[in-house]
Amino acid sequence: MVGVYMAKGTKADELAKKQKEISVAEFFEKNRHLLGFDNKRKALLTTVKEAVDNSIDACEEANILPDITVHITDMGDDRFRIIVEDNGPGIVKKQIGKIFGSLLYGSKFHKLSQSRGQQGIGISASVMYANLTTGRAAKITAKVHKDKPAYTCKIRIDTKINKAVISDEKEISWTGKEHGVKIEIDLEGSYMKGKQSVDEYLKQTAIVNPHLNLIYQPPKGEQIIFPRASEEKVIMPKEIKPHPYGVELGMLMKLLHASDKRTLEAFMKDEFSRVTAPVAKEICQNARLPTNLKPQNMTRQQAEDLYKGIQETKIMAPPTDCLSPIGESLVEKGMKKEINAEFYCATSRRPAVYRGNPFVIECGIAYGGNIPAEGTVDVLRFANKVPLQFQPGACAITKSVNETAWKSYGLSQSGSNTPTGPAVVLVHMASVWVPFTSEAKEALAHYSEIIKEIKLAIQEAGRKLMRYTAKKRRVKDELKKRSYIEKYIPYVAKGLKELLGLTESQETGVTKKLQILLEKKRGEVKDMSFDASKNVDFDEEFAKIGKEELEEIQQEIDDEMNGVKSENGNNNGKKKNGKKRNGKK
Amino acid sequence: MSKAASDKIKKIAKDIYNDIVKSKQPTLTSPIRSLNNVEYDKKDGYFKVKGLEKTRTLTVSTSKSFAQSLLLMNESKKVIAANDIMTKREAYYVSKNWGDAKFNEQPESDTCMDDMEAMMGVLREQLGFIPEEDGGAVSGNLTIIDKDPDTGKEVKIDCTKFASGAYNIPADVEEFKFETKANFILAIETAGMFQRLVKHKYYKKANCVLVSLKGVPSRATRRFIKRLSENKKLPVYVFTDGDFYGHMNIYRTLKVGSGNAAHANQFFCVPNAKFIGVTPQDIIDYKLPSHPLKDVDVKRGKDALKNDPFVKAHKEWEKAIRLQLKMGKRAEQQAFAAYDLNYVMNTYLKDKLKNSKTWLP
Repeated sequence: MVGVYMAKGTKADELAKKQKEISVAEFFEKNRHLLGFDNKRKALLTTVKEAVDNSIDACEEANILPDITVHITDMGDDRFRIIVEDNGPGIVKKQIGKIFGSLLYGSKFHKLSQSRGQQGIGISASVMYANLTTGRAAKITAKVHKDKPAYTCKIRIDTKINKAVISDEKEISWTGKEHGVKIEIDLEGSYMKGKQSVDEYLKQTAIVNPHLNLIYQPPKGEQIIFPRASEEKVIMPKEIKPHPYGVELGMLMKLLHASDKRTLEAFMKDEFSRVTAPVAKEICQNARLPTNLKPQNMTRQQAEDLYKGIQETKIMAPPTDCLSPIGESLVEKGMKKEINAEFYCATSRRPAVYRGNPFVIECGIAYGGNIPAEGTVDVLRFANKVPLQFQPGACAITKSVNETAWKSYGLSQSGSNTPTGPAVVLVHMASVWVPFTSEAKEALAHYSEIIKEIKLAIQEAGRKLMRYTAKKRRVKDELKKRSYIEKYIPYVAKGLKELLGLTESQETGVTKKLQILLEKKRGEVKDMSFDASKNVDFDEEFAKIGKEELEEIQQEIDDEMNGVKSENGNNNGKKKNGKKRNGKK
Repeated sequence: MSKAASDKIKKIAKDIYNDIVKSKQPTLTSPIRSLNNVEYDKKDGYFKVKGLEKTRTLTVSTSKSFAQSLLLMNESKKVIAANDIMTKREAYYVSKNWGDAKFNEQPESDTCMDDMEAMMGVLREQLGFIPEEDGGAVSGNLTIIDKDPDTGKEVKIDCTKFASGAYNIPADVEEFKFETKANFILAIETAGMFQRLVKHKYYKKANCVLVSLKGVPSRATRRFIKRLSENKKLPVYVFTDGDFYGHMNIYRTLKVGSGNAAHANQFFCVPNAKFIGVTPQDIIDYKLPSHPLKDVDVKRGKDALKNDPFVKAHKEWEKAIRLQLKMGKRAEQQAFAAYDLNYVMNTYLKDKLKNSKTWLP
């Protein structure tokens, strides 16, 4: 038997020839949907999103108020050129290839701090996608100081080795620019307005990033400016070391072997947050391991003992001052700009911890006014100030909203479904590590600690809403009661008239006297009717972005098709489409 | 019809009008209609109103019911003037002319009518309103003298001449005269038992008048029994199922009246009525087939012990109710059929009528 296995030319040998290592880049080339490139429309959005998220992160890290421009040009044949430019700190020459040209390279994966990007996949995946669909390289221009020339190059990704291939390197002068990065990507895409569009993404980003100044030129239509709403610089989130409770065994082993510390005690003390020397000693004791063990030489069994020791030791919760939430007043302000409602409220929870990672949940609710009273409540989801536009059904935020009992807050709800009524709910999670369900960063994973906090935030805001809706109901009841005066008092007078044979004028006298008498008894009632002009923060044009009706979008598609067809000289097609459109109306 | 009723209506309307002219909120006052507001008068033998009153002031919230009271009073005034009648159901439909002030359901108009009756201290029959349901049935040694509705001529009704059927008590028995040589009135809860006794002409053997109560007796039935028993000095014996519904809701209401119509009890009570059975002791003595008490029965029994002024005034009833609660059983009138179909007539009623010690007051 053994001989058979050893012999050359076996089936297994044959198969072995076909088995080869695949690079991360190759893997994602085949599984682009994992990164948010499932279709042309989403590819365009994901690319803009990755570029803008990176730009804001870079500005915040360098403590710069972000000025960003996004320019999308329709080049025909489903091809688009995306240009995103920022005023961030720039990128040094030798890093450019790695950042834009290799997947899973980045500054954010190994550190714990609240940032938009996390894994270092996004922008390089866009570059790769662009290479694949248009065959063109991405162009990067970066300037790090006003006295230094800018550096520019073109980048392709060699998917076999997950490395950038750089060409056309040049030093140029970028006049009028002190520092910043510009990226130009040509890719196959599709542009649409409405829900889940680039427009909606940029608008929602502006809502939760009031310090951002953004100029956006869509492929068609006028330039849109999202002006800076708050001059306050964002307090830069601090970077923290991982908390021992949040580290799994595999990661612990990796950290042990990569460490340059000489003893286990020093390793624990220096690589983790909230581990002081006495705590480090206690961990070693609980793990029954000597404190002077060399981390690099530790066996799997020893690492597992250490892991158990950590769980047995009581360690302080991680620091929470490393987070930068939006804040209650800015959440409200953002909603006011977008929605003309009659009531707004917001809540920022105190920081909490899941798997050793600190996080903060914020919730805002807008109610009434111009929000349609029919249909389900809109839920705006954000993670680290980035809007989540896809997969609401898979998201912990949606689950938490649905599992909250909204009836007592004045909305309708059947079972554990999304509530219905005139309201918009905003939920934001800020954390040093946001647990997404996939690399496309579309939905929050269902950690029970997170769901609990989201629910508490919603309940807190919900109680504020309840006070308003209850008051409104009281006023409504009062007005209804008052209407009884108009409705029933004339019948009291009529009854008396017939019983006593009163004259017409005596009858009206009775009605009038009673009306005055009863109205005096009721006192004043507060006017709670909606005044659309009261909300000065509301921006009508702004509110329309990303909200285009489906019909309009359909119209655009039809127009586009007509355009294509007529270019080909296909008149029949044009007529057909024309008819179809008429038929719909 | 009563001019007094009509005058009372006008007075109430006038008071309201005068208040309004003086810019004062008018009020309507009526006695509270519940057991809390009655006490058992041992001397007169029925539930009398204690004098608790509720006052409804005309406010925004009461404006609809206030208007309804006035409009219904006006309908009553018109019916009295036209010497007509209006059933409770008809009153409900008449209100459909009142626009926004109309009654949405008949219970609303019934309540309004009961309140009005209590408020004015006048029977609703005198206000022109009559109930929809029919009264009890009568059979036996009795001649009723009624008047022909058209001619006004006297009509004699011999209650033995209905063969296997019976005379049906109408809504208004006020003008009836009676001729009888019977010894007593036997009031029976169920129509089935009544039919058995009629079929076998029990009234001949026992020389009595049989009245079928058909459950809780209607006001006309109670008034009929009261007038007959008082005019002809006839004792009244009551025979119901052996449960608290029969004892309290039927017998007690017939004898001393109810809390809900406390203001009218004096017109309907039959204080000399006696309960012959089925008593809880009968269930034991006659070894009657029985059913366990339901939750609602137990509640009714406990309520009677706690709240019913009639029970509190009669130790015998208190003892009987406690006994039945302890047994946890109830028995129906028909249970005697287990021995023989006519056992009830030939043995039970015979025994019971002879021995007044087995009765309850």
